[in-house]
Amino acid sequence: MTDVSTSAPTRELPAFPMARGCPFDPPEQYSALRAERPIARVALPGDRTAWLVTRHDLLRQLLTDPRLSSDRTHPNLPTPVPSLQAQAQQDFAPIANALIGLDAPRHSTHRRMLITEFTVKRVQALRPRIQEIAEGCVADLLAGPRPADLVSALSLPVPSMVICELLGVPYADRDFFQSRTRTVVSFNASPEDRSAAIRALRGFLDELVTAKEREPSDDLLGRLILRNREAEVFTHELLVGLAALLLLAGHETTANMISLGTAGLLQNPQQLDQLRADPALVGQTVEELLRYFSIVDAIPRVALADIEIGGVTIHAGDGVALSVGGANRDGVAFGRADELDIQRGGRHHVAFGYGIHQCLGQNLARMELEIVFTTLFARVPGLRLAAPVAELPFKDDATIYGLYQLPVTW
Amino acid sequence: MRIQADREVCVGSGQCVLTEPAVFDQSDDDGRVRLLAERPGPEYAKTVREAVDLCPSRALSLGEDEG
Ligand code: HEM
Ligand code: SF4
Repeated sequence: MTDVSTSAPTRELPAFPMARGCPFDPPEQYSALRAERPIARVALPGDRTAWLVTRHDLLRQLLTDPRLSSDRTHPNLPTPVPSLQAQAQQDFAPIANALIGLDAPRHSTHRRMLITEFTVKRVQALRPRIQEIAEGCVADLLAGPRPADLVSALSLPVPSMVICELLGVPYADRDFFQSRTRTVVSFNASPEDRSAAIRALRGFLDELVTAKEREPSDDLLGRLILRNREAEVFTHELLVGLAALLLLAGHETTANMISLGTAGLLQNPQQLDQLRADPALVGQTVEELLRYFSIVDAIPRVALADIEIGGVTIHAGDGVALSVGGANRDGVAFGRADELDIQRGGRHHVAFGYGIHQCLGQNLARMELEIVFTTLFARVPGLRLAAPVAELPFKDDATIYGLYQLPVTW
Repeated sequence: MRIQADREVCVGSGQCVLTEPAVFDQSDDDGRVRLLAERPGPEYAKTVREAVDLCPSRALSLGEDEG
């Protein structure tokens, strides 16, 4: 393949982000691109360009390449909204510089301060409490009116309560942080509204972290503060940014997977029947739903040096959008990739990313999803959608895909 | 089959532990990979290879006398 694109005018390039046809599938254009130009030049809003990667093997190769930077404040980082760049340099900076926006070796130093909190063993110890939280939400759902909105009854409360208890954030403040999060991840929010939401979140967590610095509590943030007194890795500002990242990533992602996963299983009754007949399939059902929905689609990076890969040259300074939705529907990596098949097995999907930034909370997310689906489908055997899929409010305008509401009845 | 685990590279994702808990563990002290067996028997060949492939930081590799 020749590198025809560097000089091509922006208007001839495919525009990114791309629209979805079916709300359960990634944009249709991905499959053609994957076949013809798995690393393709695309036009971003605001007269910018980037490379879009849609093949599984190339995505994994690039996400382990140290020549790609995660610097969220870099002007060429491919963001779906141009104003996000300027904001990342100002309002977002403490969050952007917390873990997710760092490169090695600083990233390793930061990540090591946190990994003991998220190991497989540590997360398993949370199982009884997560089970209790899920049972409580499902009991309230059953006691309430029909139809009900699953997002507000189950999808948001379970991960919000779990991450609040883990971090040591008062659950009473959930409406405040959930609504600010919705604004932060929305493409359509005005830059002013987004800045205001970020500042509000930071102010809230600043107070909380300050209180914990005075009197470290027995929760993740308290333990992190104590560990930091010896290691001196984080400034106060970075601790606040990290708290914001964990709070945001800890509830919004899992919530969307609960909503989409439930909708996906209800729309594929044979799959749901198999799961009901054999509840031990829940682990691989969760992996398959993660692959199928790929709620975090484009992982943004920027090249620090020239990279020759897949027949193209990514030049130093170029933005690269690594499409999780594209890679997770790659027919070479997954047979009948567009089908939801809970018997599939395997965990080589890239829903949690790949490389050094692979999701820190992945084992927590897995456990929450397993418990929620098991509890929901066991306790509410007659569960069904109360509106046609075509009418559901999908989050087409957000950096994390999902549903704003999910009307269900039973 | 001999496994090498580079603890300097490990990011504590736990993918290896999920894939083959008889061979891989995460240390209680720092959350990074800890091998329970360096030369696991042939019955583990499949899952160990899978863990090596899944490891997001490429911290795991198979040594020379792999068979
Ligand atoms: C289904 C749920 C989730 C999905 C699909 C998901 C997805 C992702 C992805 C794709 C990344 C990589 C970003 C990149 O490479 O730039 C990531 C990173 C991260 N996630 Fe998650 N996530 C989920 C749940 C969670 C939860 C529950 C937490 C809880 C604390 C969390 C915390 C984080 C953090 C801190 C990072 C940054 C890690 C680093 O940079 O080293 N995530 N997540
Ligand atoms: S899979 Fe790799 S990064 Fe994850 S814990 Fe194991 S060795 Fe570490």
